[in-house]
Parts: sequence; C-alpha cells; structure tokens
Amino acid sequence: MINPIGNLNKIFDSRIRLGVMSILMVNEEVSFNDLKQMLELTDGNLASHLSTLEENGFLKVHKGFVGRKTNTTYSITKAGEKAFKGHLAALENMIRSME
Amino acid sequence: MTEEQQHLQTLSDIKRIMERSSRFLSLSGLSGVFAGASALAGAGAALVLFRSYYDKWEVRGHYDDTDFSTLRLQLILLGLVVMFLAAAGGLYFTWRRAKKNNLPVYDATSRKVLINGMIPMAAGGAFIVGLMYNNMDVLIAPSCLIFYGMAVLNASKYTVSDTKYLGIAEIALGILNVFFLRRGLYFWAVGFGVMHIFYGIVMWWKYERNAVEE
Repeated sequence: MINPIGNLNKIFDSRIRLGVMSILMVNEEVSFNDLKQMLELTDGNLASHLSTLEENGFLKVHKGFVGRKTNTTYSITKAGEKAFKGHLAALENMIRSME
Repeated sequence: MTEEQQHLQTLSDIKRIMERSSRFLSLSGLSGVFAGASALAGAGAALVLFRSYYDKWEVRGHYDDTDFSTLRLQLILLGLVVMFLAAAGGLYFTWRRAKKNNLPVYDATSRKVLINGMIPMAAGGAFIVGLMYNNMDVLIAPSCLIFYGMAVLNASKYTVSDTKYLGIAEIALGILNVFFLRRGLYFWAVGFGVMHIFYGIVMWWKYERNAVEE
C-alpha cells in the first residue's frame, strides 16, 4: 500500500510556512513587512521560516531600498509553486479517500 | 479533531489567507450608499444652480458671459465638494467595518486598490481639465462616468469582486450619455447617485447584514 501521507510535503507542516506560500501564490511580490502584518508574526519568527523556504528553493529574495531603508521582497519560484500545488493535491486526495 | 477535519481546516485556512492577502475585503456597502447620497444631494444642488442661471437669462432676455463663468465655477466647486464628501464618508464606513473585524485599513491590499483606482482616475481628471480648457463642457459628464467606471473596474481585481459590475455599468452609462449629450446631469445623478446606492445596498445585504445581527 502506498503511504497515504507520503505526498505531503514536510516543509509545509508548519502553518507559518504554509501561510507564506499561500500568500506568495496569489501575490507576485510581497515585502517582509507585509508578510509580517498578514500573518501577525514577529520579525525573528518570520525570518527563520523564510530562510527555510529559501534554502529549499521555494522562494526568491529580492533586496532593494526604499529611500534609505532596506526593503526585502519575496516571490515564489517555479519549484515552490509546484511543491505547493502538489501539497494541496495530496491534502485533497487524503480528504477524498476518507470519505 | 479528526484527521479529515484537520485537512479540511488547513485547506480553508489556505483559501482564506490567499483571499485576504490579495483582496481588500473590508470595503463596506454603506460607503457606496453614502457616496451615492452625496452625489444625489450634489446633483440636486446643481439643478438649483442651473435653474437660477436660466431664470436670470430669461429675465435679461439674452446670454451673459459673466453669468456663465460664475455658473461654471460654482459647478466645479460643487463637484469637488461632493467628491471630497463622498470619499471621506466612504472611507469612514470602510474604516469602521475593518475595525469591527480587527483588520487593518491601510495594508498591502488597500494600497493596491488605491494605486489601481487612482491611475484611471488621474488620467480622467487630466482629460476632463483638457475638455474644460477647450470648452467641450458637454463631454464632461460622460467622461466622468467612463473614467470612473474604468477606475472601479481596474481596482475591482483587488477588492470585493462584485465591484466590477458597478464599473461596467458606469462605463455603459457613460457611453450612453455620449448619445444623449446635454442630459449629463441626469446621467451623472443615476451613475454616481442611484447606482452607488443600489450597489451599496446589495453589497450590504450580501456580506454585512449577518454581521450586524451577531
């Protein structure tokens, strides 16, 4: 028998990472501060999850400036999009198989 | 919670986050009603101005340049006051709704609504100044409606998606107005007054009615 949760991506176990990916799926480019506001998180907490996602190649980081302040924005990569869609499909399949 | 419920919960969370992060959903129907009421009051005031202008013309028996310039200035000022009033009131009801739901009013999504709405609005504003400069006054009302409709349509991608119908209706009304020039005030009253009130009531009924009862 195929492991029913084998298709679930471990990286998306965290609700925060799942939230970040959900936001980046529907928004082209989102700044660190907007992500923080939307997910109601602290700087450190969000930063650590973002670096995990970056290390896995799921998101791209763009460092820029607005005036003198640094403005870091994030966007999803093709690999990230694929992984997230796969995760969603796996969730759906599991729900269906339980019915 | 069973495993199935957990997964369903996760999926609905994802959907909620996607929606909330890409659209500004606090826009209140009451904002539309208020903006529409301001527009109707403004149209009523404009009608009074027109009447007194034509009464004076009647008494004098001929056209007068100064009278016309005065009327023009009064109408422009009236238009600006109505726009300011509608925007301020509209903002208030939306702010109130956001506050009630514990959501920010000024965030990435409302910024997008503003920017995407302001681009066609600014273009329309500049275009209308050009019309006035060339004394093409009959085209002002239809231009207001068309550009406003395009602004709403453009912004609708980042807010309650039903607003796109309002945008399309405004554009259609503006085009119709071009075929009935010199009836601008009535089209204006319908487009900015009646349609906003109608839209606002429908939106309130659809999304906010239950929230009030709770």
